[in-house]
Amino acid sequence: MEAVISIAIGVMASAGVWLILRPRTFQVLIGLTLLSYAVNLFIFSVGSLAVDREPIVRPGVVADLVNYSDPLPQSLVLTAIVIGFATTALFLVVLLALRGLSGGDHVDGQEERL
Amino acid sequence: MTVDFNHLLVAPILLPLATAALMLLLGEGRRGLKAVVNVLSTTLGLAIAVSLLLGLARHDAPAAFGVYLPGNWSVPFGIVLVADRLSALMVVLTGCVGLASLLYALARWQHAGAYFHVLFQLQLMGLYGAFLTADLFNLFVFFEVLLAASYGLLLHGGGGERVRAGLHYITINLVASLLFLIGVAVLYGVTGTLNMADIAQKLPAVPASDRGLLHAGAAILAIAFLAKAGLWPLNFWLPPAYAAASAPAAAVFAILTKVGVYAVLRLWTLCFPAGAGASAGFGGDVLVWGGLVTLAYGAVGMLASQQLARLAAYSVIASSGTLVATIGFDAPMLSGGALFYLASSTLAGCAMFLLVELLERSRQVEVGPQQVDDGNYALPAFFDAEPPPGTNLDDDEEALIGRAIPAALAFLGLTFTVCALVTAGLPPLSGFVAKLAMLTALLGLQTPAAWTLFVLLILSGLFGAMSLMRVGMRHFWTTQDRPPPRLRVIETLPIAGLLAASLAMVLQAEAGLAYTRAAAEALHAPALYIDAVMGAQPVPRVTGDAP
Repeated sequence: MEAVISIAIGVMASAGVWLILRPRTFQVLIGLTLLSYAVNLFIFSVGSLAVDREPIVRPGVVADLVNYSDPLPQSLVLTAIVIGFATTALFLVVLLALRGLSGGDHVDGQEERL
Repeated sequence: MTVDFNHLLVAPILLPLATAALMLLLGEGRRGLKAVVNVLSTTLGLAIAVSLLLGLARHDAPAAFGVYLPGNWSVPFGIVLVADRLSALMVVLTGCVGLASLLYALARWQHAGAYFHVLFQLQLMGLYGAFLTADLFNLFVFFEVLLAASYGLLLHGGGGERVRAGLHYITINLVASLLFLIGVAVLYGVTGTLNMADIAQKLPAVPASDRGLLHAGAAILAIAFLAKAGLWPLNFWLPPAYAAASAPAAAVFAILTKVGVYAVLRLWTLCFPAGAGASAGFGGDVLVWGGLVTLAYGAVGMLASQQLARLAAYSVIASSGTLVATIGFDAPMLSGGALFYLASSTLAGCAMFLLVELLERSRQVEVGPQQVDDGNYALPAFFDAEPPPGTNLDDDEEALIGRAIPAALAFLGLTFTVCALVTAGLPPLSGFVAKLAMLTALLGLQTPAAWTLFVLLILSGLFGAMSLMRVGMRHFWTTQDRPPPRLRVIETLPIAGLLAASLAMVLQAEAGLAYTRAAAEALHAPALYIDAVMGAQPVPRVTGDAP
């Protein structure tokens, strides 16, 4: 499972970085979204990857990380998702405003001079 | 020792939040009422900040801390707010900068967009929270609050130039925030806690196998902070964004770079002091040399700028570079001078961004943002400059008696001179006191890096003085018959107030330096901070009406 998760994070992060370096605003937006997915998965994986070890204390089972997964990274991910979603939405608004003002979708507001 | 502030410590965060919520309910109109509410709330916030600072400064103990547990959870589990001398200083600076920018905005800028007042209060809330929190993830949340508000403030007033600069600014900051998250996650994975004091406490016990991971996490976190502080080569976004922002927004942004500097100063001195075992002084050289390159870049940028707004932005970069470099030396005396410099340069930077617009106003009537610096506004070459007809040159002199300088021009000239003196660090103003304190401390260090900083501090002062003098000559000594600029009292008041604060720092330099040195000593003895935070006890639960 570790290998699958790390490959998933790696693929999303590298695709995100490549897209952020592209000259079109929409590509940058998708790149940021992919990167934030990668980061969210990464935070999630910090709290020990395990199947069937939900962080709800059952009677008679010792409350430690052997029997349960760590609940804190999961709550951090929730916060990060909400904040990332809001800022991405804001980015989308600015993207549309730039498109309206410049008439193009280049990140610099104008095409490169050749 | 700990100072009991009771609930006063959380007030700087709750007050702007409540004010913003209230103003959001008022809808888009009713600007007059909103302005009154906003000014009252910001003034009250400044008063609370000053009372926090005075409460801490009263104690002579090596370090005084106010610790507050917002959720009343015992320490490593809940969020903790801590006010020490450094936090209190930053909070007071935030209050000053906020009040000055707000008063300035009342004249014209508050009418340029619907939600200026709400965004402004949220910006203050994020700043206050970032300076007071002692929890790493909570710091991230407050960073996001202040950044989200700054995105809105940067776009305030609209126009293609602002939107273009805003898009770059948002992208850079979103990427930096993602790096912040990665760093926090790695640190949590290694130490198992998010409380800054608890992290610092557990660092020496991290096994050697995890140490590489710990360093990688700390470095990623530092990149996020340093990008916000404007360290070279992470600062190319800063001059266009700050130059495009409306005057009051840019004036508030003068303290945004200081948030990055504050976070580095707080976490680096806490986590990697000389006594931290295998990690002692981790990354100190990077901070020193990165800061030095940034200082040089800022100084050269000031010389190269043709526009006053860009010049002010480069002076912000230069002051960030100075501060980051001094952090890396890990010397309490130097940090003490640097903190004094931080206060002085923040006030001067804020005043400078406000002055920019007043100076440009006589040339540019409309509210639009300034154009890109494409070189077309360059100064004429020295020999090409022909005096326009009717110029009163020395050769055919006419008596100038009886022609008064317009009051507005006199005010602008005087404040610009004072501002330039503080920024360049020339005597007799606060910039000079700060630089002198840093130079004296540097003489005692005797390392190549210290000498480089010594030389660069003096050179950057020279470069700053030259570039500001050039701008001053262009604005005040040109002979074109311009109508004198029209100023409103409400616009001149904040600038005069900021420079008066800077002047007060000179008159009270002894007390001020004593305060910043005490703050620096507390920073360089992290055990005091750790003890104060870890020793905080939750308030015992009051059991109803038990018999």
